[in-house]
Amino acid sequence: MSEANEHPIVIEGLVNKFGDFAVHDGLNLTVNRGEIIGVVGGSGTGKSVLMRSIIGLQYPDAGRIEVLGKAITDIDPDENIGVRCRWGVLFQGGALFSTLTVGENVEVPLKQFYPEISDTLRKEIARYKVLLSGLPEEAIAKYPSELSGGMKKRAGLARALALDPELLFLDEPTAGLDPIGAAKFDRQTRELKETLGLTVFLITHDLDSLYEICDRVAVLADKQVIAVGTIPELMEIGHPWIDEYFGGPRGRGALSAHNRGEQAQTGQA
Amino acid sequence: MDGAAHFTLETEGVGDANGGATLALSGPLLVSTIGSIEPHLTAIAEPIAVIDLSGVEEIDTVGAWVTCRLAGQHSAQIIGANRRAQRLLGAVEGTHSDADMLPPRVPVWKRVPAGVGEQVYAAKSGIFGVVGFFGQILIGFGSLIRHPSQFPMRALVRQMELVGVAALPIIGLMSFLIGIVIAQQGAVQLSQFGAETLTVNLVGRITLRELGVLMTAIMVAGRSGSAFAAQIGTMKLTEEVDAMRTIGISPIEKLVIPRILACTFMMVLLGFYASVVGIIGGAVIGQVSLGIPFFTFLERIQEVVPLHDLWVGLVKAPIFGLIVALAGCYHGMQVQGNSEEVGKRTTMAVVSAIFAVIVLDAFFAVFFTEIGWG
Repeated sequence: MSEANEHPIVIEGLVNKFGDFAVHDGLNLTVNRGEIIGVVGGSGTGKSVLMRSIIGLQYPDAGRIEVLGKAITDIDPDENIGVRCRWGVLFQGGALFSTLTVGENVEVPLKQFYPEISDTLRKEIARYKVLLSGLPEEAIAKYPSELSGGMKKRAGLARALALDPELLFLDEPTAGLDPIGAAKFDRQTRELKETLGLTVFLITHDLDSLYEICDRVAVLADKQVIAVGTIPELMEIGHPWIDEYFGGPRGRGALSAHNRGEQAQTGQA
Repeated sequence: MDGAAHFTLETEGVGDANGGATLALSGPLLVSTIGSIEPHLTAIAEPIAVIDLSGVEEIDTVGAWVTCRLAGQHSAQIIGANRRAQRLLGAVEGTHSDADMLPPRVPVWKRVPAGVGEQVYAAKSGIFGVVGFFGQILIGFGSLIRHPSQFPMRALVRQMELVGVAALPIIGLMSFLIGIVIAQQGAVQLSQFGAETLTVNLVGRITLRELGVLMTAIMVAGRSGSAFAAQIGTMKLTEEVDAMRTIGISPIEKLVIPRILACTFMMVLLGFYASVVGIIGGAVIGQVSLGIPFFTFLERIQEVVPLHDLWVGLVKAPIFGLIVALAGCYHGMQVQGNSEEVGKRTTMAVVSAIFAVIVLDAFFAVFFTEIGWG
């Protein structure tokens, strides 16, 4: 149990195949409690497939995945094993239920798992979750089709956080947001992690997010996690893909922006 | 501990200067445990001066929210909060909102007239839309005639395969069964007058004039009209149609015209095929239960069915095909917004196509009888 407490996600020897094509072949990854782990990799290296495997939507061909001490690989996607109320998932497009308002969307997991909560309290919880996720009050009664892409993501985040989860999965949360919105989202993820003690599994291509908020970064390449560590640690390994990723023009830009940000902070202090 | 949240109310302090009771919360104060004590907490009538959180083992934002709300109601002071609780209390503070979960509802006496008005306007713009769409198609035809090399031949052949060839088994089966039903039921009724031999007339004329084409049109509306609406609608949603326009390809020429031509042309062939299979179905029943040999039945058909019955069917078929394809493509092109719209428009395409086909069929029935093709 202490193992599960230390490491909310443990993946051993994961194999995922589509037909003859193996996306993952013997993938291992251990996530520490209370960290934000960023997952990077080229297009088609199976980042989303990895996330879907961890949350039990994709049945792997081999390997073992334990989430919060429960083996997710042995169970049916719809079976109740008592971990689904302990994680929250933000899908790429938000995946809001289009026939429900934002407020009702946040209510859904509360109704599902804790029907004993009174209607008034549930509505109050939904309202403050929406406000905590950074949406204005007017958004609560709006339908997803009336929201912009960034607002949909925030509403999706509110729903993911509805049950005060221990584990939060974010699939490219800043993709498609403007730089200001993306920076806000990053800051908010960091704050949420610190306030709520979350463990965050973050799939991203946003180099700024990686520098700003990730405690560790896992690199997916060659059908495996080839390295896990802080960005300086990864740079020392000398893998050509990693060097190109962080050492390329965009990577250097994000690094210098990060350094400028830190200097400004220390200057103020 | 039993893993549940508890509270105790100390009323000793009541009557003091700052007057009020002390509420001590204990156990885990989580979303999973709060449900059982929250109604009791809300029901506390006495004024509370102090809320003591020192016995709380675990707390999340829901626990913090309930505490914060209670403190706000009674203007109570919160003591004994550990670092985590303080952080959470700070986070949920100031997020109070009374906003409604649902957008405001318009009262029914306003909503119904407004709905009727919207329907009327929608019907008007729908008629304009269809006429405009037909005009666009004619313009598309015009430009294809001027630039024959632009003609989407591959798309046309592909659509003819999907609308026509792929529909052969299901339409054949349907027509065969209808032929059987008409022959069998007709024979039962006609035998009351000793006129079983007229079953041949009944089957031959009704399949060629009416049922062959009408049932085929309904089947094609369900099979292909819906597919047109859903395909084009999805392409609108995924911005494929917009992408075609920006490259300078007219979606009318490349998407709509092949479908309309294919559907119009294949309806003629399918309608004829359906009539023939229907007659074969009737002939099978003639052989099996009426004692009319199979080939005698077919020879009798030649004698009793006037040639203009065939023309009645073949004139209607392309018009029905055009209507089905037009409805499917028009509703497909009208899709915008979300995936719900695709389903709605697909339904509308099928319903309006079948409705228009049946109305026109009634008109044709009267028309052809009046001109002497009775």
